Amino acid sequence: MSHSPSETPRVAISHLDDLWFQVSGTRCNLTCAHCFISCSPHNHSYGFLSLADVRTRLAESVPLGVKEYYFTGGEPFLNPQLTDILIETLNYGPATVLTNGTVLKDEWLERLAAADAASLYSLEFRVSIDGCTAEMNDPVRGAGTFARALAGVEKLVAFGFLPIITAARVWPEGDDQRVLGEFVRVLAARGYERPRLKILPTLKLGAEAQRTCGYAHDERITPQMLEDFDHRQLVCEHSRIVTDRGVHVCPILIESPESLLGSSLSAALAPFAVGHGACYTCYQYGAICANPSSAARLQE
Amino acid sequence: MKATSRVALFGGIYSNYLALEAAIQDARRRKADALYCLGDLGAFGPHPDRVFPLLAAQGVHCVQGNYDESIARELADCQCGYTDPRDNHFAQISYDYTLAKTSSHNKAYLRSLPQEIRLELGPLRLLLCHGSPRRTNEFLWESTTSTAFLTHLLHTYNADVIATTHTGLKWRRSLANNRHYVNVGVLGRPENDGRTSVWYTLLEYSPAQGLTIEFVPLVYDHQRLAREMRAEGLPEEFVATTLTGWWTTCLEVLPGKERKRGRY
Ligand code: SF4
Ligand code: SF4
Ligand SMILES: [Fe+2]
Repeated sequence: MSHSPSETPRVAISHLDDLWFQVSGTRCNLTCAHCFISCSPHNHSYGFLSLADVRTRLAESVPLGVKEYYFTGGEPFLNPQLTDILIETLNYGPATVLTNGTVLKDEWLERLAAADAASLYSLEFRVSIDGCTAEMNDPVRGAGTFARALAGVEKLVAFGFLPIITAARVWPEGDDQRVLGEFVRVLAARGYERPRLKILPTLKLGAEAQRTCGYAHDERITPQMLEDFDHRQLVCEHSRIVTDRGVHVCPILIESPESLLGSSLSAALAPFAVGHGACYTCYQYGAICANPSSAARLQE
Repeated sequence: MKATSRVALFGGIYSNYLALEAAIQDARRRKADALYCLGDLGAFGPHPDRVFPLLAAQGVHCVQGNYDESIARELADCQCGYTDPRDNHFAQISYDYTLAKTSSHNKAYLRSLPQEIRLELGPLRLLLCHGSPRRTNEFLWESTTSTAFLTHLLHTYNADVIATTHTGLKWRRSLANNRHYVNVGVLGRPENDGRTSVWYTLLEYSPAQGLTIEFVPLVYDHQRLAREMRAEGLPEEFVATTLTGWWTTCLEVLPGKERKRGRY
């Protein structure tokens, strides 16, 4: 069954808490099977954001009362200005960068550790590793990526960071506890004694749609489904994302033309019709993008 | 709205009636005009009903915390919204204990508590709430809350000072135009700093000095609290926190900076 646009519920933003940056566009050194925007070394559909671009948005964000800043891609560290961008952001608020952990350089981490120590705010790294063994991770993320990402985690820990390891669930849901337990053991063996772990649902978009089966037609949010639902579970209820084309509704949908809402932050705060299949995953699984420190459930 | 010049603000009590007694005495000795509690009366500690008579006898005005709302409405959990299964396991043990041991009379009192209290401190408009003015269970951590966001809250909620608790860690920030945010800390458990003392906050206004915010450390009989927690069968992980000053659970919600300061 499909829904006409009139049946598609709209989600209003209550406040712009989180501002995201598609800081390396769609450029990534990896080509993961489940990447929801099909990033690769050759995907140039979105470009890098410059330090000047980010500065402009940071200045815009202050009167809007933005609480936290997030950086994603692609692989953010492919952007040669990323270290400077993160350091600048720490003057404004907390910064979280989502990385695959495979390209980190000591000289960047040294500067970032110093900036983190000097700032009021936390600089958080979220490293994607999809499974607690190379056998689980590598078929999804590419040959050798498990070892390279673990080396990245080891490096971050050595520089005093406590990276959050995020794993897209590429195993059956019932195995969560076993996988987490094994993860803890593997990370401890690499010197990470108090690992922070977060499991993410996979999104059936882009490359992931080819890997599995895409969204069925009836997997759409209906108005009734939103009636008794905590809207804060949806990223678009409190976030927007900046790309080199403008400001979009959320990090998940940037490839859909309707996601582009405006050229300035304040022009991009209109309610959004959550008619996409990925919206249904947000609905089912909740705050897939937030850090645990910000993910507390809404009280009704 | 009442005008006053020196107030004592207590954060989450978490059933630590021994620390509450010590805090009340200390605040009276320091000539506080009024005492307030910012919510989460129960949780974590033993004998939840022992807190209520102390609050009533001393006229401590309370805001409703997420825990208070859960206990009052007999909900299934404390609404802290932890995402880690281990955190939830321990949180649930102490929640079930607190729910079972809170009298229906005290539940009715918890139900009656307001979500916020507004008062005047000299010319300053003071807003007391639990997590944030917009959400009882919102965590405002020092290292993940931008100054721009705090400024937005103060403006939106028409206040010069916002005071909250809920995270368990005290902090403060002064903003433009003589506005302030303060997290008053908690009486219930130590600060994840390896010390057994707990904290409350004194706010004072004087025309000469403006606003003064003082964090007050409190020594109390934590050994006795630990004995009573054990006798009540509360988790040994919680007892360890009382005795060592290090948090052992619910660490996943801490941002990197706050997490690094602790032991676990
Ligand atoms: S999932 Fe992440 S690491 Fe993998 S290709 Fe996409 S952007 Fe790159
Ligand atoms: S994918 Fe999720 S966050 Fe994005 S618009 Fe849909 S519901 Fe909102
Ligand atoms: Fe609380």
